[in-house]
Amino acid sequence: MSEGSAAPMAEPTKAGWFGDFGGRFAPEPLMPACLQLEEAFRDAWADPAFHEEFEEVLHSFGGRPTPITVCKRLSEELGITLLLKREDLAHTGSHKINNVIGQALLTKRMGKSKMIAETGAGQHGVASATAAALLGLECTVYMGEVDTQRQALNVFRMELLGATVHPVTSGSRTLKDAVNEAMRTWVAQVDDTHYCLGSVMGPHPFPWMVREFQSILGTEARDQSQAILNDVPDYVVACVGGGSNAAGLFSGFAESRSQLIGVEALGGAAIASGIPGVLHGMMSQILQDEQGQILEAHSISAGLDYPGIGPEHAHLASIGRATYATADDDEVLDALERLSNTEGIIPALEPSHALAWIMREAGKKIPKGSTVLLNMSGRGDKDVAQVREILQAKGRFQ
Amino acid sequence: MSRPRLEDRLRERVAAKRKLLIPYVMAGQSEDWLETVQAIADAGADAIEIGLPFSDPIMDGPVIQEAAVLSLERGTTPQSVLNELGRLELDTPLVVMTYFNLVYRAGLDRFAGRLQEVGVTGCIIPDLSLEEFSGWEKAAERVGIDPVLLVAPSTSAERAKAICERSRGFLYAVGRMGVTGERDDASLEVGAVVSKVRPFTSLPVCVGVGVSTPEQAAAVVKVADGAIVGSALVRRLLEGGGPEGAATFIGELRSAIDSVTFDA
Repeated sequence: MSEGSAAPMAEPTKAGWFGDFGGRFAPEPLMPACLQLEEAFRDAWADPAFHEEFEEVLHSFGGRPTPITVCKRLSEELGITLLLKREDLAHTGSHKINNVIGQALLTKRMGKSKMIAETGAGQHGVASATAAALLGLECTVYMGEVDTQRQALNVFRMELLGATVHPVTSGSRTLKDAVNEAMRTWVAQVDDTHYCLGSVMGPHPFPWMVREFQSILGTEARDQSQAILNDVPDYVVACVGGGSNAAGLFSGFAESRSQLIGVEALGGAAIASGIPGVLHGMMSQILQDEQGQILEAHSISAGLDYPGIGPEHAHLASIGRATYATADDDEVLDALERLSNTEGIIPALEPSHALAWIMREAGKKIPKGSTVLLNMSGRGDKDVAQVREILQAKGRFQ
Repeated sequence: MSRPRLEDRLRERVAAKRKLLIPYVMAGQSEDWLETVQAIADAGADAIEIGLPFSDPIMDGPVIQEAAVLSLERGTTPQSVLNELGRLELDTPLVVMTYFNLVYRAGLDRFAGRLQEVGVTGCIIPDLSLEEFSGWEKAAERVGIDPVLLVAPSTSAERAKAICERSRGFLYAVGRMGVTGERDDASLEVGAVVSKVRPFTSLPVCVGVGVSTPEQAAAVVKVADGAIVGSALVRRLLEGGGPEGAATFIGELRSAIDSVTFDA
């Protein structure tokens, strides 16, 4: 373990530590790949030509920059000024495209021809399949068998995009096991294959690299909110599973006066209910039992059902730079419905967690008149069938 | 109880021109697992790897994962199986293999102390990289546990040297790129990985991952000092082979390995 980085959200130490969290807990067969990846990323990230290509693809293909929408009706009802960073308008419908374009370009730069990825709800899998199709890479996506059934349409999308979807039947057959299986596959195919991890987690350099690729949304949001508010927002809020959209957003405001709030699903709250441990190559806050066996996360949102959290979030929580809260399934459904019918935006279940916290705390922890920026990290299309079923069961819709 | 120190015993045997056989069993996999440990010791194992089951074993293939799930479903905890091991009268060194979170959760010194109390003299933690090794290295050293490190086909010569300098007990050479599991012999990369580490260490070099049959084990010990056999044995136990079936298989491996020694 090493001493902490200087400024919040600075580069991690050479061994990949953000304070007491992070590191590189990978089996030896994978270590050379992690070291090679770190070197390739450092080289690419210092190369203006790589930045130019990354930004150009995200502009002409990915739909960046995404706008900020100022909510009129909901702001008035809540007594705050609510701004939405519209990642739901990015190609494939979420912020995930930023990371996969970065990693797919890096895959080519490393001379590798194949990409593997894990996915829970399917957003990262669809984004990976998209980037692979664009750049002519072979793509295999590992997805828990339970999730392939819950998200059958996303399985079809990935296949339509030319990817192979590999259902994972080990363990709980969800996201955690998909990560295990992707790592196992990577061990065997590391020569020609890059593991395109979907969040700010895993062994170094993944947590740092994914944050850097996602920081494009935080930088945009900082400039855009400055133009709208003539200031930074009082609160900067994002949902957190592994935490990539939050890391990207927070990176734009880490050194400002904005309060940073991450919102986890109540049933997968690694900061509130986890303790330090090692999973998937990183030291972080992890849901686990007394012996150290990993526990399952359970919530309405497959995208947040992860028993850990990115190590940098564990660090930001420990130094008090960011605060992590939770939202339960009922609040989340209310938030989703309310944004839909007041603002004409159907959010994904994941950012609905962050909105639920804002709706609960407006006028309480969030003083009236505050300015609040929410990362609308994904659109709700993928969730409407599930939400319809739940709301109908509650007698809310026919 | 006290058992032979892992590295001392293996070095003695290698010096006596004996090739090493190190089988793996999953602790707590079935009610008779301790009898299995006893039986494979009697059948000619030079050391035995004892797997402590972890919920998320990223270095293991489907067979060992299945055994881990079974063991956890039987209510196995690290302490419960270690207590059972402590009752075994055995002149064979035991090496625990598990994942770092179980060690970290117990506390490094406490975990090392528990191993020592029950007579375990070596420990393999496959997800603990060289970069994060020093804390565990010190905790193990304090109580005389040999921490075993892995070298893979992908490991550079420079890195292999650093790993060789700090591994104790033996050097675990990964025979192929991949997770544990049975494979046909075409994919074994034993020669390259063994010759990569030889210049840097006098430790016994044992090859595991993908070594499944007596023929493969014999081929492995033509270049290495020993063979580690996990999934092929665990599969036989999952299929109900029991201590007797395990002993028969270890006997076959032993004869195949010994025939190489006599040829040489």
